[in-house]
Amino acid sequence: MNTKTDSDGKKYLFSRSLDTIFLAVNNVFKFIGLFFKEAFTAPFEWKETINQCFNVGFKSLPLVSLTGFIIGIVFTKQSRPSLSTFGASSWLPSLISIAIIRALAPLVTALIAAGKVGSNIGAELGSMKVTEQIDAMEVSATNPFKYLVVTRVIATTFMMPVLVLYSGLVGMLGSFMNIHQNEQTSFSAFIKNAFSTISFLDINSSIFKAVCYGFTIGVAGCYQGYYAENGTQGVGKAANTAVVVAMFLIFIEEMIIVQFVNSIR
Amino acid sequence: MIKNDSKPTVISIKNLKKSFGSLKVLDGVNLNIKLGENLAVLGKSGSGKSVLIKIISGLLKPDAGTVEVLGLEVDKISTKELRTLRSKIGFSFQNSALYDSMTVRENLAFPLIRNKTDLSKSEIQHAIEEVLNQVGLPQTISQMPSELSGGQRKRIGIARTLILKPEIMLYDEPTAGLDPITSSEINSLIKKVQTQYKTSSIIITHDLTCAKNTADNVAILVNGKFLQSGSFEEVFKSENEIAQSFYEYNFINEK
Ligand SMILES: Nc1ncnc2c1ncn2[C@@H]1O[C@H](COP(=O)(O)OP(=O)(O)OP(=O)(O)O)[C@@H](O)[C@H]1O
Ligand SMILES: [Mg+2]
Repeated sequence: MNTKTDSDGKKYLFSRSLDTIFLAVNNVFKFIGLFFKEAFTAPFEWKETINQCFNVGFKSLPLVSLTGFIIGIVFTKQSRPSLSTFGASSWLPSLISIAIIRALAPLVTALIAAGKVGSNIGAELGSMKVTEQIDAMEVSATNPFKYLVVTRVIATTFMMPVLVLYSGLVGMLGSFMNIHQNEQTSFSAFIKNAFSTISFLDINSSIFKAVCYGFTIGVAGCYQGYYAENGTQGVGKAANTAVVVAMFLIFIEEMIIVQFVNSIR
Repeated sequence: MIKNDSKPTVISIKNLKKSFGSLKVLDGVNLNIKLGENLAVLGKSGSGKSVLIKIISGLLKPDAGTVEVLGLEVDKISTKELRTLRSKIGFSFQNSALYDSMTVRENLAFPLIRNKTDLSKSEIQHAIEEVLNQVGLPQTISQMPSELSGGQRKRIGIARTLILKPEIMLYDEPTAGLDPITSSEINSLIKKVQTQYKTSSIIITHDLTCAKNTADNVAILVNGKFLQSGSFEEVFKSENEIAQSFYEYNFINEK
């Protein structure tokens, strides 16, 4: 292909900015390729992976519990009037469970994790990069990619489904408390009604979504952090970009997966 | 300082070149270090001293020239061979590069656990205490790097590289920013490491006292090349202007 030359004498293919985007995408795919290569070659960093799972999973529990619970209550309260107009408030549990399990729990948990975990990873690796700690690992004969990146991406990928299921349960619990208070529905009746409309496909697709979102958050955070530049300023930028990119990709993935799941339903 | 030419060469660099974009940093560096030799590299800020030792440890790739360390060309060998080689090279960073999220103990244990999987807990503890005593900071063992002063961080950084008893030590400005007493302690530590473990070292420094007390040979890096090299006396007794300006800047107040 012909390359063009711009006023600075630098070569480009289409336009400068478009080239930069293609280059970035190319680098991200290389990064992901390297992740799979390193993730499946020994030695495995078990201890550090478990450590990171704890960081990602356990430390996000308070925030996920709180948001899950509130979403359950608020969504129930907001849906009640419109169902009541049709005299269908007994269907409240089914509606809530569809909304929470299919859509809200995966999406909201992922967005919260993108903000909390993604920025954390971006900032941590970014500051390790700019203060030469990653170089220091490299020269002490450790593979920093394996030790820092692989462990974190595995942790986010495996912990996200756990967090999503947990947040779904907490959301349902919040919803049950509100319904129990207003409609005096018993727990067993609530469960029966709630799960009558939820299929295995719903749960599986939510888990699948969560795995994708977790992987996205991990890769975005690690990529931004691992290649951070320009001192402390770069650390802030890495954390920020990690969150923005992860959230953007999560919405795109959500759209694609929903399309796909609905087509096989 | 007796030169013994029969000793084997541990680092051999020929016509090394390195640029960043249009900035030529190293432009034909030649260097030979024999077993057990300490070389001090002097040079202005930004002259490429850090870049030089980063290339030696394989952190940066040279543009041209050959870099042989312990008989291996660092930019040609596989990643695995490079890791093995690196376990024999100690690299003390200019800004210490301690792991922020770990205590001093964990910082020191890190290279040990990673490279010598057969060590017991008490052997690791013993090795940690030994290097901490060597750098004179046994009381900091449970502290976080953020709780240490700059000089303490520097010494812990050196301790972290010494713990593997490397064959080659690369010190990036070991005494910069330290008070004279701590500096002279570091200098004697560098010297002790050389005699005790038969380590060969490159010591990057602006501090002529450090160069004089620790190094067998001195080289001055100017415009990407070694301008002068030889023993401390040879370099600084010469008429060379740059060498003289270095000398005067450091010692003018002592005369
Ligand atoms: N990774 C890099 N990318 C681009 N330029 C770099 C990089 N590393 C170093 N440089 C440039 O190379 C030159 C030499 O840098 P180096 O860090 O080796 O200097 P130095 O001699 O160690 O200086 P100081 O005494 O201040 O530490 C500098 O101009 C620096 O901007
Ligand atoms: Mg430097």
